[in-house]
Amino acid sequence: MYNSDKVIPGIIIFVLFVTFPIWWNHGKSVAAPEPELPKKGRCVESKEYMRSHHMQLLNVWRNEAIRQGMRIYTSSDGARFWISLQNECMKCHNNKSKFCDRCHQFAAVEPYCWNCHIPPETKKFKAPKASRLLKLFGVPPVLHGSSQAESYGHAEH
Amino acid sequence: MNVVAALVAVIGMVIVVWFGVGVLKLYTLFGVLVPYAALLTFLIGLIYRMVNWAKSPVPFKITTTCGQQKSLPWIKHSRLESPANNFEVVLRMALEVLAFRSLFRNLRADLRGRKLYYGSSKWLWLGAILFHWSFFIILVRHLRLFTYPVPGPIKVLDAVDSFFHIGLPHLYMTDVAILAGLTFLILRRLVDAKVNYISHASDYFPLFLILGLISSGMLMRYFLRVDLVSVKEFVMGLATFHPKAPKGIGVIFFVHLFFISALVAYFPFSKLVHMVGVFFSPTRNLPNDNRRVRHINPWWEGVPPKFLTYCEWQEKFKEQLEQAGQPIDEDCYKEKKS
Repeated sequence: MYNSDKVIPGIIIFVLFVTFPIWWNHGKSVAAPEPELPKKGRCVESKEYMRSHHMQLLNVWRNEAIRQGMRIYTSSDGARFWISLQNECMKCHNNKSKFCDRCHQFAAVEPYCWNCHIPPETKKFKAPKASRLLKLFGVPPVLHGSSQAESYGHAEH
Repeated sequence: MNVVAALVAVIGMVIVVWFGVGVLKLYTLFGVLVPYAALLTFLIGLIYRMVNWAKSPVPFKITTTCGQQKSLPWIKHSRLESPANNFEVVLRMALEVLAFRSLFRNLRADLRGRKLYYGSSKWLWLGAILFHWSFFIILVRHLRLFTYPVPGPIKVLDAVDSFFHIGLPHLYMTDVAILAGLTFLILRRLVDAKVNYISHASDYFPLFLILGLISSGMLMRYFLRVDLVSVKEFVMGLATFHPKAPKGIGVIFFVHLFFISALVAYFPFSKLVHMVGVFFSPTRNLPNDNRRVRHINPWWEGVPPKFLTYCEWQEKFKEQLEQAGQPIDEDCYKEKKS
């Protein structure tokens, strides 16, 4: 073999590149994640359909609810549902980290739902700190008796 | 005819998978055995081709050049067009492999009326670069299904590729680009009479095979949909040698898997081997230093050829030379006598 000083490193690089998934995982197989399913109730569509198509359904829901104001979804078997991620989906699937995140992390998917929506378990609001401006005018940070104060208190438990 | 043969072969593969998986339920054959066999064929085949090429002697240094070679110090030499040392060879090779520099010089001759015109034609370069780079990025992007934890750069690549957030799952830019490039490469062979004339079934087959591969992948991602978590579990099983027969994954996935297996197994036996062959082109991987470094033909290494001096040659053919009335060099005989 001629030029083996160049050819052999070339072949080694080629083999390493092709077998990347084999040595990167060290031959350790990873079990598929098991998202925590709600104990009772039904989902809007069948389990198989939701497993493969949920992102497309959510996209349709987003467009219908936000852009067309259409808030009612009729599923393939005729049942009707309220179109809302936080108030309908998350009513049963109320734990993002135990339901959504398990599969998304496994498949390296980062959905941008949570750029706008707030997952229930992270919905902890601290009482706002009094800003300099409020202090200057002597305004208390939490206005007692207002609807705002009530919602803060509600979210804490 | 060539086109039809290639197209029939690719459609036949879809039917084979549909029948084998959809009807006969041969999940282990199409999901485990075929991919492993294809990968082995690919690796062993390409290593064999590379070793075989490396064993072939290069009798002459035949670098292709189109620039001033390195000569006297005050003459500026073209480092890329006529590389004088290994570093410049690597530079030129890198630009060739990464940017298809020689294709950028593509010319086209056309008869317009009775006049022959030559003109620059970059379309082939554009189609080729769209196709090859997209294919490479798509291949690297697929590693997110083969690794856990997924390396950061692959996640970044994925995010950049789906930057425009069109539809859901997001449309990848490379998917659009490779379809455009591949369509051009196919149409070029069908529409251009000159290229059509020299195209064989072995030219159309890889194009249709890759078109099938991409179509099945895009159908699976954007339209028919399969359960991605099951797919990744299955693929991870293959990559870590704990293969499990996949269940509950649609036939479209097996079509995709069969296409990539066929492509990979076809590699070492076809024109596709240019992927490694480009590095073994003697016209590109040698420096143009014939005037400074003597290139010894490897055939002669250890086996010195028998040379004849002029006198020995004249002695051998003396009769014929005299018959033809050629002058005989008398000096040869004088030296012998003295």
